[in-house]
Amino acid sequence: MNTNLNSNNVTKTSNLKTITVDSIPVTLGDESNLLEVIRKAGIELPTFCYHSDLSVYGACRMCMVEIEDRHPGIFPACSTKAEPGMVIRTNTKTIRDMRKMIIELMLASSDHSCTTCPKSGACKLQDIATQLGVKDVRFKQMVAQDEKDLSSPCIARDPAKCILCGDCVRVCDEIQSVGSLDFAYRGADARVVTCGNKGIGEVECVGCGQCVKVCPVGALTIKTNLTDVWNEVHNKDKIVVATVAPAVRVAIGECFGEEAGINNIGKIVSALRIMGFDRVFDLNFAADLTTVEEGNEFIQRYTEQKNLPQFTSCCPAWVKFAEEYYPNLLNNLSTVRSPMSLFGSVCKEQLSKELGVSRDKIVIVMVGPCTAKKFEANRPEFAVDGNPDIDHVITTEELARMIKEHGIEFEKLGFSALDMPLSFATGGAIIFGSTGGVCESVLRYAAKELEPGPSREFKQFRGKSGTKIGEIEIGGNTLRLAVVSGLANARALIDRVQNGEESFDLIEVMACPGGCVNGAGQPTPQCDEDNSKRAKGLYDNDRMLPFHSSGENPVVKKLYDEDFDEHKIHELLHTKYGNRRLIKEDDFVLSTPTAETKLNLTICFGRSCFTKGAQALYGNLMKYIRDNGLEANTEFKARFCATKCGKGPVLLVNDQLIEHCTLEKAVEAIGVVLPQ
Amino acid sequence: MQKNVQEFGTKFESVCAVLEKYECNPHMLVPILQEIQAAYSYLPKDVMNYVANALGVTPGSVFGVATFYSHFTLEPKGKYVIRVCDGTACHVRKSTEIIKTFQAELGLDEKTHTTEDNLFTLEEVACIGACGLAPVITINEDVYGAMTKEKTVELVKKYKEEEAANA
Repeated sequence: MNTNLNSNNVTKTSNLKTITVDSIPVTLGDESNLLEVIRKAGIELPTFCYHSDLSVYGACRMCMVEIEDRHPGIFPACSTKAEPGMVIRTNTKTIRDMRKMIIELMLASSDHSCTTCPKSGACKLQDIATQLGVKDVRFKQMVAQDEKDLSSPCIARDPAKCILCGDCVRVCDEIQSVGSLDFAYRGADARVVTCGNKGIGEVECVGCGQCVKVCPVGALTIKTNLTDVWNEVHNKDKIVVATVAPAVRVAIGECFGEEAGINNIGKIVSALRIMGFDRVFDLNFAADLTTVEEGNEFIQRYTEQKNLPQFTSCCPAWVKFAEEYYPNLLNNLSTVRSPMSLFGSVCKEQLSKELGVSRDKIVIVMVGPCTAKKFEANRPEFAVDGNPDIDHVITTEELARMIKEHGIEFEKLGFSALDMPLSFATGGAIIFGSTGGVCESVLRYAAKELEPGPSREFKQFRGKSGTKIGEIEIGGNTLRLAVVSGLANARALIDRVQNGEESFDLIEVMACPGGCVNGAGQPTPQCDEDNSKRAKGLYDNDRMLPFHSSGENPVVKKLYDEDFDEHKIHELLHTKYGNRRLIKEDDFVLSTPTAETKLNLTICFGRSCFTKGAQALYGNLMKYIRDNGLEANTEFKARFCATKCGKGPVLLVNDQLIEHCTLEKAVEAIGVVLPQ
Repeated sequence: MQKNVQEFGTKFESVCAVLEKYECNPHMLVPILQEIQAAYSYLPKDVMNYVANALGVTPGSVFGVATFYSHFTLEPKGKYVIRVCDGTACHVRKSTEIIKTFQAELGLDEKTHTTEDNLFTLEEVACIGACGLAPVITINEDVYGAMTKEKTVELVKKYKEEEAANA
């Protein structure tokens, strides 16, 4: 690049692939738009709606630039193609005035109570207003009185702070293929809402929190429960346990100005002890247990050629996604609990035995990179008599906030050791935090079980690529595997598998692109490389550990030898999944009776039943009812998913559920209710 | 009551028919919603969810389209839909006064557009293209021009009385 060239030497009609940005000549590379070229020139144009991983939207108008000899003169850099010979001005009076005015308008039309906002300090609107020197707002404050949405355990919405950049809408649709947020209404009334303006906890949202990650303001934030956690810590009657997930240690330093990827587990333990946690364990121990169980499950399924491909089930956002969209694949999900839920059940059992206290005296706080884990901790499957296996989940960012609230100077902290034995872990566990890690860990275990010898590594499944496919040889078998991150990538791959275009033995799915290191609870990366650095931190840690295969973990071995019997393994280490409706909605009345109700029909109109012919069944039933003069006494309702997806189409005749329903079956059941 | 029996389930059957007619093509969402609104007189939220399901699009995107166009309504409308024109010509001839009078007579306000008995719905529209009659209103298909406060009160009375006589 010719950045040393004097700008006078560059002519506008130069044949070189060069453009001029504020007199700086820049050679064009493979940049997809003008904005990237301008940033390459070292000019940091402000943007709200531009993300290199998402489609270009061009809504925020902050990246407007002047292009010489072009009319109308100013263009959004993000959605303008860079062409050789362009002469760009990024900071003329017109543009400066316009940018300032846009910020003023945003400040006037949204709530900016910065001091109490969870996003304060990490807010782009705050940053850009400061950067541009916006000192006062000339317009009248007009904030829509939209209520906060606290319906989800993972994500908190404060629509009054929304600036309508649409980042959340695109990330939910393009990266996760969920689409639970979308624009609605028009003009001054335009809003980002869920379907029917419901709470985000009542719709198809999987809780991955990637929308929180891209939200430039405080409209979407992590639903925090720090007050509850502090109250537990201060409660003398409780034994408060913290357990720390792998991805946390390589990212928390960024909250205190450190570079990404530095392993800070020693400082984290010190901080948690100062705050008053009674025990601090490494969640990696549980990841080893997950690997052993999941590895055995895989070997068994592969041997029997049953329920393949096996899908990993550590990621709670993916599990919810599968329950909502792929009911027919639920038998393919590994039944092994995620490390978090498995740790909860094992730790509460072990610790209550060791200390001679009841289970409800023990409070477990999981510190993780994930917002969806907050949802997982609330799942009724992971509780004994109403006492949850994991009491609270906090994210890396929330832990950093606790450290700051306490006044602990992170930089000056010394290192402390984790509590044993439930912290002993192998390298097969630490790599869970990166995409490909769970798959590699299971393979390491399976390889060790099937062919004696040194631990093997499976590097082809590492790296931040969204879809990785590979074949490997273990014990004379060729296995075909896939590792996907980002649920849109997962959907694309699964659709290919279901169409018979591809087949696999094992598929790892993580909802967040790049895996847990890029979880929504992690600090916002300063640059693209930060997630790679975090992942490198984990793989470096793996290399330093004495064991690399989870099967070698002596504490895990001891548990299997001394504590676990068949029943315990099932109770503590496994779970099951169920069908889940997308949207919480009451039954929908299709027609009401005019006389005494004698027949109640409820048909499932969920996605799965729809594809299995529910609409035709409805038509035939209507005809039957009319032909037999039953209209006056029949109430007909529809339900959006009766959560019996594998058995559709489903019909309820009074209280009797008919699976794989046909007209004949329905008529037979109606005949029982209303004998002719 | 007799009417209900005749109508038994037919509205939803018409939804099924519309979906079949457009072969569940997501690009035909607007015409599909238009025909559904014609059958129901509004877009019930469950029907929109059903349409999303059938078209393979997210329920949120259907909601977005339905709320974007002022043609679509998510609430059931009354038997008589009163449209008060608030275009420039009508506005300068005090259409605001007409709107306020309707609201007072019908017990409506800026947030409530339909009377509790589901008889009247009051809407403001931008321009109905009859500026010579300003201020102008329509009730269903009937046009009433050069409206005044007094005429508005009379009109509401007339419709209410007719309705009472028919019942």
